[in-house]
Amino acid sequence: MIGAGAMKRENYETNPIFALQGVGKTFRSGTEALSGIDLAVPSGAFVSILGPSGCGKSTLLRIIAGLAPASEGRLRWAEGDLGQHIGFVFQEPTLMPWATVWDNVYLPLRLAGRSRAAAAAAIAATLASLGLGGFEKAYPRELSGGMRMRVSIARALVTAPRLLLLDEPFAALDELTRFRLNEDLLRLWERHRWTVVFVTHSVFEAVFLSNRIVVMTPRPGRIIADLPIDLPYPRDGGLRTAPDYAACCRAVSALLGHAVA
Amino acid sequence: MSGRRRERIIEIAAPLAAGALFLAAWEAVVRWNAIPPYILPGPLVVAETLWRDGPSLLGSLAVTLRITAAALLAAVVLGGALAVLFAQSRLLEISLFPYAVILQVTPIVAIAPLIIIWVDDTFLALLVCAWIVAFFPIVANTTLGLNSADRNLVDLFRLYGASRWQTLRYLRLPAALPYFLAGVRISGGLALIGAVVAEFVAGTGGTETGLAYRILEAGYRLQIPRLFAALLMLSAAGIAIFAVLSWLTRRLIGHWHESALPRED
Repeated sequence: MIGAGAMKRENYETNPIFALQGVGKTFRSGTEALSGIDLAVPSGAFVSILGPSGCGKSTLLRIIAGLAPASEGRLRWAEGDLGQHIGFVFQEPTLMPWATVWDNVYLPLRLAGRSRAAAAAAIAATLASLGLGGFEKAYPRELSGGMRMRVSIARALVTAPRLLLLDEPFAALDELTRFRLNEDLLRLWERHRWTVVFVTHSVFEAVFLSNRIVVMTPRPGRIIADLPIDLPYPRDGGLRTAPDYAACCRAVSALLGHAVA
Repeated sequence: MSGRRRERIIEIAAPLAAGALFLAAWEAVVRWNAIPPYILPGPLVVAETLWRDGPSLLGSLAVTLRITAAALLAAVVLGGALAVLFAQSRLLEISLFPYAVILQVTPIVAIAPLIIIWVDDTFLALLVCAWIVAFFPIVANTTLGLNSADRNLVDLFRLYGASRWQTLRYLRLPAALPYFLAGVRISGGLALIGAVVAEFVAGTGGTETGLAYRILEAGYRLQIPRLFAALLMLSAAGIAIFAVLSWLTRRLIGHWHESALPRED
């Protein structure tokens, strides 16, 4: 149901949390990873950046996070630099193997100077919301891939971020686990409404989660389509078999197919 | 389960049996050919000598072990500190690392006489020799460990505005611990070798005499059984050092590091 105006969209233009203007990135090797990226992300949106491998979507996410500088163009924040109000989830769980689940989730708060006692309530609530209650003392190696990713998401959420950046977080998981995590992430987003930028190469995942999809093509990475997904929230597993969902996926796939061909 | 137990019994019994067989053959060869003890003593004579001379050799063993322990401690402290400095400044690492390598590749036997001339105190001179041998594996391993923290975790620390000290304390040091401990395990054995080599070169008599000098002394006097007994003590000390450091490694990283985890197939 692309472009059918069921969603209120005034937020999109009027209230962006950040805006990229003419952003390009050329690596020292001379490879042009991104070119002329214009993207304004409204506050509270769930935006997926969809594209094949090597289209620069991870690089774009790193630029937004401030982990890599843009070669050209600029990144403007609506209310100053968000700094530590950004949560980042990598493709790998990226946990500290020597630390327990609790200590891994404590990390961002510890770095912000919060004591263990002062952090305990926030950590307990975050762990519970991701179904990790009772696993506080477990070490990462004792957990399954899906559980490790839950810990990684908990770590990103424990600071109550304004902006959540996810870089293909579920790409390495099996399908059932991925579905469960999609639904749990969506449920949390519906409750908290942080702004989400979600990088993926899966059309189905992008359509299921987001209210806006930005399609990118490689060499150099450019945005070739930017479309709203007007499927109503709350969405649950039932959506995966809905005709609307299938229609959306087909339309986005076609766009992506054109782009890559 | 019973299969695993049997495997475990074989793991212990097989080397013991091989050792016993070897000792029996040795004893047989010595007796059969009536080899005099000052050429090759049989294991029984060695055992008897160890029982008789052991207590008098223990004092010397203590001297050698003191040097070894002090050298290892110095290697751990200075090697660890140097590695942390290297991790803080690439320029410092590039400037100094080649000299650490030079120190490592120069044979200790060749520099020991110089050190013994320069350093008045014999204990200190021996300590310096053993330290030179022991410290490189710790520097090299710890530097490698500090630099091999997960790149994404480094980024995450940056994202959260972690200070240099926080990144070192919560990320680089824990990530380096397994590497550091592997270095310490190598250095433990090397410190003992360094101490023995230095004692050979220094050749001190007097009151504070290490086990290595006892070995030389026994050799000069053709007290070969005593030489074997001292040698046996030295090997035992080396094995004990390795065992203690392995135990320490398991204690410190056993709960998370791959190398120390039990394997389940």
